[in-house]
Amino acid sequence: MANSISVGAASPGCKKVDPILVADNVTRQFGGLTAVNVEHLEIPRGLITALIGPNGAGKTTMFNLLTGFDEPNSGRWTFDGTDLAGVAPYKVARMGMIRTFQLTKALSLLTVIDNMRLGAQDQPGEGFIQSFLRPIWKKREAQISERADELLQRFKLDSKREDYAASLSGGQRKLLEMARALMSEPKLVMLDEPMAGVNPALTQSLLEHIKGLKNDGTTVLFVEHDMHMVRNIADWVIVMAEGKIVAEGPPAQVMKDQAVIDAYLGAHADTDLGTVAIKTIKAGK
Amino acid sequence: MDFLNILNLTGGELIGAYTAAYVLCALGLAMHFGFTGLLNFGQAAFAALGAYGYAIATLTFGWPWYSATLFGLVCSALFAVALGIPTLRLRADYLAIVTIASSQALVSVFGVGQYRDVTGGSNGLSQFGESFYALNFLPDQRIELGVLTYSSNEIFIRIVAWSLVILGALLLLILTRSPWGRVLKGIREDEDAIRSLGKNVFVYKLQSLIIGGTFASLGGMVFVMTSQTNQPVTWGTDFTFMTWTILLLGGAATILGPIVGGMVFFALLMFLQNILEGLVNLGLLPFLDIAQVGQIRYLLVGLVLMLLVIFRPQGIFGNKKEMQFNG
Repeated sequence: MANSISVGAASPGCKKVDPILVADNVTRQFGGLTAVNVEHLEIPRGLITALIGPNGAGKTTMFNLLTGFDEPNSGRWTFDGTDLAGVAPYKVARMGMIRTFQLTKALSLLTVIDNMRLGAQDQPGEGFIQSFLRPIWKKREAQISERADELLQRFKLDSKREDYAASLSGGQRKLLEMARALMSEPKLVMLDEPMAGVNPALTQSLLEHIKGLKNDGTTVLFVEHDMHMVRNIADWVIVMAEGKIVAEGPPAQVMKDQAVIDAYLGAHADTDLGTVAIKTIKAGK
Repeated sequence: MDFLNILNLTGGELIGAYTAAYVLCALGLAMHFGFTGLLNFGQAAFAALGAYGYAIATLTFGWPWYSATLFGLVCSALFAVALGIPTLRLRADYLAIVTIASSQALVSVFGVGQYRDVTGGSNGLSQFGESFYALNFLPDQRIELGVLTYSSNEIFIRIVAWSLVILGALLLLILTRSPWGRVLKGIREDEDAIRSLGKNVFVYKLQSLIIGGTFASLGGMVFVMTSQTNQPVTWGTDFTFMTWTILLLGGAATILGPIVGGMVFFALLMFLQNILEGLVNLGLLPFLDIAQVGQIRYLLVGLVLMLLVIFRPQGIFGNKKEMQFNG
C-alpha cells in the first residue's frame, strides 16, 4: 500500500523518504539469546514513530544500542548523517538524540527545577574551572531557568518547581523526565514507555505534549504497549518480535496485518476484555 | 572530679589541630560521598600520600614547605587518577572494595623495610617541620587558655589548620552551588540519567575524586605536622572509618556538617575519657580500671552513633526532607 512516508510500499525495513536515523545489521546477543537482530531500520524525520511488540521483543535493547548505553555485537547506524556506532551515550545526547527510560529516572533528591536545568546543554558553569567564575555562567543560567520554567508550565509542573523530585507522583515523574529531555531542544526524542503507570487523566495531556513536539519539528520515537495511544498519535508503526522487525507501516495498516495480530495484538485486540467470556479468549477464537 | 578541668580539655579538642586534620579529610569525603555518591573507603591513603609526600619532599629532596606541600597534593591527585581510571566505571559498592584494598596496599608499601631510606619503614619519618614552623610569626612564649597552655608553635599549627578548614569549606560551598556541583548531585542520584542528558559522567567523577583526595592530602599534612612525626600505622582503616563517622555525624551532603561533626566527635571522646576516668578514680565503676577507659569510650561513641543513625539518620545538619524520601 502506497503512503507518503516510505519509498514504495511499506514493508519491514523499508526505506523512508527522509530518514533521520538509519541502522544496518544491528545485532545484540546475551549469551545464546539474540535479543536484537535488525537488518535495516529507518526512522522518518519530523514524525511520530511507535515501536511496538511483545515483551522481550528487543525494543528497549534496541533503544539502549542506538543511544550508546549498550554495545552491539555488530552493526552500524547513523543519526542525521553522522556515524554513531560505538559513540559514548553523552556524546549521542549532545548530538540531539535524547532518550528517556522505561523505569523513570527522576533525580529524586534534586528539586524539580534543578532536574530541568540539568537537561540543558552548553552551560559553561558545568566546567570545573569555570564554575568558580559566576559571571561567566550567570547569563546562561538565567536563559536555562527561563526555558525550564516555560516547559514546567507547559507540563503543568510549575507549582512543584521547588519540590524535590522524590515527592512527585509516578505520572508527574514521567512528565518531568520528558520535560527534562526537551530542555536541550533535541532533534530526536526517544521515549521508552512514556505511558507506563500514568493515570488516564494524565495520559491525555501526555499525548497532547507528544503531538506538540511534532508540531515543533521534533522527531519522536516511542516504545509503547498501549494500542490506543499508538493509534492516536503515531504516524508510523514498527513492530518487533524476537529481535526482528516483523512489520512496518501506518498504524491502521499495521493493526490489520495478520503477522502483527498473531505475534502481538491477539485476536481480541479491539475488544474490551470485560465483555468477552474468558472461555472465548482461552479457546483463541 | 574537676569539672572545670574536664570542660577545658574538652574545649581544647574543639580547636585541636588533629580535629582540623580529620575535618579536612571529612570535607573531602563529603565531596566524594555526599555530593557525588562515590563510596570511597580509602580516604586514609589520600591523607597518607599528603603526609608522606610532604615529609619525603622535605627530608629526602630538601625542599621548602611550599614545594613540599605542592608535592604532597600532586601525589594525592595522581593517586586519584590512577585509582579512578580503572575503577570509576565500576558500581558504587565495587569502588568501595577497590579503594579500601588499594589504600591498605599503599600503606603497607610505606611500612616495608626495603624503602627505609626514603619512607622510614615501620618507624616512619620525623622532624620535617622546620621550614613550616619557620613561618611562625607568633611571639615565642607559652599561651594559657584556662588550664591548657600552648606553645607558640601549637597555636600556629592550629591557626593554619583551621584557616585551611575555612578556605576548604568556602571552596566546597562555591563548587556545590555552581552548575558543576549540580551535575555532581545528579550523578549521585542516577548517573545513567545524567549520561542521557549529555554529560561526561566519568570526567566529573574523576574531578570529584581528585578534589576530595587533595582535601584529605592537606588533612594528612596537618595531622603529621602537629607532632612532626609520620608513622605508617596512623593510616590504617581506622583513620578512614573515623573520617566516615565524622561525616555521617555531621551530615553527608552538607559543608558545615563535617566541621561540626569533627568537633563534636573529638570533644565527646575527650569528655567521656575524663568522666569515665573520674568515675573510676572515685570507685563508682568497680568493673573498670583506668587502662580500660580508653577502649570503653569508643564503645560508648559507637553507641551514640548507632542511636544517631537510627533517630537522626541525616546527621546533625542534614536535610530531614532529603532523608525521609529514602526510607
